[in-house]
Amino acid sequence: MGIELKMPALSPTMEEGTLAKWLVKEGDSVSSGDILAEIETDKATMEFEAVDEGTISKILVPEGSDGVKVGTVIALMGGEGSEAATPAPASAAEEAPKPELPAEQKVEATSTPHQFESGARDLVADVQATRDPPEVPEGTAVTPTTVREALRDAMAEEMRRDERVFVMGEEVAQYQGAYKVTQGLLDEFGPKRVIDTPITEYGFAGIGSGAAMGGLKPIIEFMTFNFAMQAIDHIINSAAKTNYMSGGQMRCPIVFRGPNGAAARVGAQHSQNYGPWYASVPGLIVIAPYSAADAKGLLKAAIRSDDPVVFLENELLYGQNFDVPQLDDYVLPIGKAHIARPGKDVTLVSYSIGVGVALEAAEKLSAEGIDAEVIDLRTLRPLDKQTVLTSLKKTNRLVVVEEGWPTCSIASEIMAICMEEGFDDLDAPVMRVTDVDVPLPYAANLEKMALVKADDVVKAAKAVSYR
Amino acid sequence: MLLIRRFEERAGQLYGLGLIGGFCHLYIGQEAVAVGLQSAMKVGRDSVITGYRDHGHMLAYGIDPKVIMAELTGRAAGISKGKGGSMHMFSVEHGFYGGHGIVGAQVSLGTGLAFKHQYAGDGGTCLAYFGDGAANQGQVYESFNMAKLWDLPVIYAIENNKYAMGTSVDRSASEPDFYKRGESFRIPGIQVDGMDVLAVRGAAEEAMAWTQAGKGPIILELLTYRYRGHSMSDPAKYRTREEVQDFREHRDPIDHAARELEKLGVGQDELKAIDKQIKDIVVEAAKFAEEAPEPEASELYTDVLVESY
Repeated sequence: MGIELKMPALSPTMEEGTLAKWLVKEGDSVSSGDILAEIETDKATMEFEAVDEGTISKILVPEGSDGVKVGTVIALMGGEGSEAATPAPASAAEEAPKPELPAEQKVEATSTPHQFESGARDLVADVQATRDPPEVPEGTAVTPTTVREALRDAMAEEMRRDERVFVMGEEVAQYQGAYKVTQGLLDEFGPKRVIDTPITEYGFAGIGSGAAMGGLKPIIEFMTFNFAMQAIDHIINSAAKTNYMSGGQMRCPIVFRGPNGAAARVGAQHSQNYGPWYASVPGLIVIAPYSAADAKGLLKAAIRSDDPVVFLENELLYGQNFDVPQLDDYVLPIGKAHIARPGKDVTLVSYSIGVGVALEAAEKLSAEGIDAEVIDLRTLRPLDKQTVLTSLKKTNRLVVVEEGWPTCSIASEIMAICMEEGFDDLDAPVMRVTDVDVPLPYAANLEKMALVKADDVVKAAKAVSYR
Repeated sequence: MLLIRRFEERAGQLYGLGLIGGFCHLYIGQEAVAVGLQSAMKVGRDSVITGYRDHGHMLAYGIDPKVIMAELTGRAAGISKGKGGSMHMFSVEHGFYGGHGIVGAQVSLGTGLAFKHQYAGDGGTCLAYFGDGAANQGQVYESFNMAKLWDLPVIYAIENNKYAMGTSVDRSASEPDFYKRGESFRIPGIQVDGMDVLAVRGAAEEAMAWTQAGKGPIILELLTYRYRGHSMSDPAKYRTREEVQDFREHRDPIDHAARELEKLGVGQDELKAIDKQIKDIVVEAAKFAEEAPEPEASELYTDVLVESY
């Protein structure tokens, strides 16, 4: 009996990979758990293990092959002497190291590896369809950079510039970052400034806050902001309130950073947007960038700030490429929104990955003759009210797009501002398009339904345009 | 143990095929811990709580592999109706309280379950599993203190598999002997070979006798090893292939149990028959999990609150 060994999907974002090395050769007997090959994914080199027992009859993709798509048959496995992928005679099953069960054969034959289904990928597709160019003087050279690299570059540049800056968190040093954001920092700056911690969020958020009070400039990485809930006491009660409570004597110049918001199918406890939580706290700066250029320019600004900053990244954006200006010191102002797309008919306000959704919706709207302006808030606290209100004055219609829950959200806040300060400019009620108001479900179909969608933004934009 | 091993291998394969999404933390290598501990528990009296590496614990507790696998594939027939996923599985019917994704959270929650056992006087003990990584979280020690202060019937089972994701115990623990971590709270601890199912079973019985006698909490440190990465997307570059291979070849809990069985006169044929039987169960579970329908769209809005307002 033969089994086709197919290129597996070894990471949530893997579409293709390099077959780096075969650890078996044709004719080798393998049993379940044996490592067959090393495969390089978009993130790392992974080991590919045998699930079934048998003999490698044919290797179809030689080692060193690049761009092997997930699902490609890379080798055939069968019983000794039998033709691979053709049913062996019943008697041969006796000699075969392990006879295959018919039902199991069916699993092998019908299932082709593919990326697991996730609504998160629709968000990524929106990002990929609409690139947001950086705000720089015309003629500035740019380099395509992933958000992941842009964040790393920002930290490295600031660490070179200021010895007080250090990075602390789980797996930031030797592992090179759980999401590879701190890749290379340990090599350049050494273990004094790139510090692995045990799994103790409350503890190291407190140690970081204390170090900042003492005059250092810590960058505290949370593996995800979901885990920062264990540390939220220090972020709010220790870091945010210090300056005020001390009558301005004691500062806490610290950056708390890490991925925030939904990722692909990671379930309710790992999928939450904390933007509205932190943005409600006086004493904090809250930044949630979209593009790589903004990630870099704003993280540099955050590290330089004398105030505590919550810097909300997005895992789905880490691998996305954007143009980043080739400037020695690209620092952006905190508290300034960015017009990601100018337009005159309706304003779409968003931040973080929601900007991709808004830009995609704007593309679709333009096909229907509606010229949407897209505002990327970039900083959630302090919020750039003026850019929002100026746009509202021009378009008289506004929709907020948010990858997060609707209740007590950034959307709620923008709506309140438009009511209080832009009432006379409104030709229609402000609408919000957000995730559904439930904990994020795991099942692929429900997850898709729960996440914010460009089509819903289009509907809302048409509704406020009375079309 | 073999059921867990084969189930997890199949889960790894289904992940590679794209049928399981998100995070998927496999239990391969640690099987003797769950099987040994669960065998001392009484379903209906005791309670269990664990972290995100939970499939093995559920199987060891006798929960149907089909509904576990269907949860992994996100189907309506899954134990959490497809809404929880790999890390969030629960069976209140079995006294299995999850399935928690935040490292260390289950220690406080498990202490709360023990509080309930004492409060209700139901004679139950809570078994709270956590890893060497979670053992460094602050809430663990807050819980230890109260558990002993009130002599709550809880067994803290620390599965020391040597690595908290990519950080080894010697890089993260100032006291690497986790069984001693309760000393300053006057909680006794036992270090157990977690690759030997009978040793685990023996320790579990002793721990159970301790809590049942009203002596309060006890710590078991199970020395074990996970063969696979922390999750499916962990390249596990923090340890050598030789180290993993050494455990597989010399310390494997299933091989060890097989040798013990052979000593007791169980023949190769019987072991092979068990192997075949388990393969069938796992194949059936995988088939069920692949073919079961996804949840109804209306399920998106159910179970958010218990009551209507």
